[in-house]
Amino acid sequence: MAASSLATLRSKIEADLRGRVASPFAYRDRNAFELVSTGVPEMDALVGGLPRGAMTEICGTAGSGRTSLLLSALASRTADGEVCALVDARDSFDPLTGDAAGIALGKLLWVRCQNIEQALRATDLLIQAGGFGMVAVDLSDVPARTVRQVPLNAWFRFRRAVEDTPMILLLVEQEPHAKTCASLVLRLEAGEAQWVEASASSNCYPFAKLLRGFTVRADVVRSRLQIPKESRVVDIRRGTQPKMSVPRDADRRVFEAETIWSK
Amino acid sequence: MGFACVYIADFLVQAVVRGQRALGAGALALLGGAPPLWSVVAANPAAFEAGIQLGMTKAQVAQFGTVQICARSEAQEKAAHAALLDAAWSVSPRVEDTAADTVVLDLEGLSALLGADENIARELARRVAAIGLAARVAVAANIEVAIHAARGFPGITIIPAGEERRRLGPLPVGVLTTETETLEILERWGVETLQALAALPVLQLSERLGQEGVRLSELARGVRKRALVLAQPSSSFAEEMELDDAVEELEPLSFLLGRLLDQLCARLEARALAVRAVRVRFELQPSFEKDFQTLKEELRRKPDVKQYEKVLTLPVPMRNAKTLLKLLRLQLQGDPPAAPIQKIYMTADAAAPRVAQNGLFVPCGPDPEKLEVTIARLGKLVGEGNLGCAELVNSHRPESFRMTRFVVAVEQNRQRGKSEPNVKEHTDACPAVTGLRVMRPAQSVRVELRDELPVRVYLRGMRGEVVAASGPWRSSGDWWQEDAWQQEEWDLEIEFTAPSVVVAQHAAPALRQERSEQSQPNKQSRTDSQHGLYRIYYDALRQRWFVRGVYA
Repeated sequence: MAASSLATLRSKIEADLRGRVASPFAYRDRNAFELVSTGVPEMDALVGGLPRGAMTEICGTAGSGRTSLLLSALASRTADGEVCALVDARDSFDPLTGDAAGIALGKLLWVRCQNIEQALRATDLLIQAGGFGMVAVDLSDVPARTVRQVPLNAWFRFRRAVEDTPMILLLVEQEPHAKTCASLVLRLEAGEAQWVEASASSNCYPFAKLLRGFTVRADVVRSRLQIPKESRVVDIRRGTQPKMSVPRDADRRVFEAETIWSK
Repeated sequence: MGFACVYIADFLVQAVVRGQRALGAGALALLGGAPPLWSVVAANPAAFEAGIQLGMTKAQVAQFGTVQICARSEAQEKAAHAALLDAAWSVSPRVEDTAADTVVLDLEGLSALLGADENIARELARRVAAIGLAARVAVAANIEVAIHAARGFPGITIIPAGEERRRLGPLPVGVLTTETETLEILERWGVETLQALAALPVLQLSERLGQEGVRLSELARGVRKRALVLAQPSSSFAEEMELDDAVEELEPLSFLLGRLLDQLCARLEARALAVRAVRVRFELQPSFEKDFQTLKEELRRKPDVKQYEKVLTLPVPMRNAKTLLKLLRLQLQGDPPAAPIQKIYMTADAAAPRVAQNGLFVPCGPDPEKLEVTIARLGKLVGEGNLGCAELVNSHRPESFRMTRFVVAVEQNRQRGKSEPNVKEHTDACPAVTGLRVMRPAQSVRVELRDELPVRVYLRGMRGEVVAASGPWRSSGDWWQEDAWQQEEWDLEIEFTAPSVVVAQHAAPALRQERSEQSQPNKQSRTDSQHGLYRIYYDALRQRWFVRGVYA
């Protein structure tokens, strides 16, 4: 009797949600994401790529290589024929560098904001519009304490909006703020700057140098894409944090960002 | 079967009701004529039932409490007639513009497409109903028979060949002619129906009524034939609406605009066309002050009517009235009219609808209609100039690019592998490019030189030692113009060691605020931001140093 009423209730709910939710009682593995290339082979080897239908955070300090990775990701997506959007919170995108990085500028909708409020509202509108392969939100130059004031439900809303869509939501910021809403969190650090110096034999200007680029170290702070087995067990009594917050050697890669004249 | 006739009964009333649907519910009388001498020129059946008669004055009609009074609108009649023609052209390319309320179509060859005559007639009635008019449709082998059947019988009438005389027989002779003199003669003879008229001998009828009698006899017997006079399809789509009370608020205006857009889109759909641009023109109510000032000067002359015009240009042709209304609303919100609106003109530039067939393996892009609305909303949020697609300009001047309108072009939905020639192919094997974060506007910086080499930099209240420098990279251009430029660029690796009090005191308020944010107890970020790769330049014309951006 109870089983039949349960089945009736289930069928009634399914009927009510028909057209809005497809198979509401079917189990879906929320960690099974389609991954696409970041445009940097080392990063692809590290995380497998950027997840579609999820939020990815790239954090790091100023000059840590976040913009280089962002440009590579946008170039990779636009090269595949996808239409992308860049929400530039402080209007700092350089189209010339973007073009040199391989971004098809004709497929990139550039939204030049003046503050974070505009950036968040613009992101909301773009996600609701749908159809973009990637929506990148560049909050790099916004102070961390300002981004920290963004209510958590804003990130939740973004995550829910991109779920079950082929859209990649990429946040570039100084610190991770979206907490568990982000399926992948990467932290970048700048390494040594690489200069090419003129040889002593050549008859050059005494201080002739050329900036070749710099190395970037990337760590996986959090990832729902490939969770190591040992990290799935969390000691609730001791309140230990998941091990994912501590980067391991396997969760670290180094790649080089070259200047456009060095390519 | 040969021809179909579409007739709109009570055309004047239906034309007005088409623009104002709320009027269609009850009894309605239309007034026409010069303003002091208003009289009833048309009314719907409910009004006639209530006792309204043609020619009644406005005061007489006003005594009927249940009858609504409305002015006849020639503009709406014109629009309704154009819409009727559009609906007819959507079925057949051979259409005769018989009268304002009547069109005739040649049905030759349509049976393969639409089926039997009854189906064609039903489809015609449906398409005319879609433009807001209730039609009578008649199909016959003869043009005149189809016209008279449509005017005489309600609904859909199919008259097979050979039965014209029998089927037209019960109709009154009034459907054949409107000449009062002829009708009076026939009435005196006791001829009231076409059947009675057809029974009269033609020779005697000719002797008494002349050629008109012969013509009427042929029409009554259904044997008069003529060729179809074809009308040329019009490329203009216009609707207009005159308002009894001027509209000030956006909400009621949106309601009216939505109705006009619905009518335009229905007409365009009938012609299998889409909208490339919508032009809206408002006739604004003149202000009282102006009227008063110009009263003496322009007493005999009609005062100039203020106009407000808005053009909505679309990147891709579309036909969705809701989307168009959203876009128009966003435009009007940004730039509202300065005075109440008393008349609305709306015209549409027609274009062939876009092809929506994508390749099977092509990534889906944003829906163009949705994208256009989103771009309009974003434009309202960040400003029109801060949104779009960056296009590089063929110049050596730094920051030489322009913003263009973002359009998901058709070629973007091309098959993979056929890339645009100017787009660089991105391969995963190529290394990442060092990103440059540009400071807009360029930030002023103080630089100390030693042997022409930058050695110390004061930026944002911080003092930095130059670890490595590359430059100078000299460039100049546009010296023949007012905005000439001459710069020396440097790439610097800077190690910030100590705060610079001197610079902080003279810094702009924005810089001081930024510095105070940086000096918050966030040790990690402060320590990390003390080292960086910067691109600075010396503006030789202004003789000052600026930071162009940071490598990041």
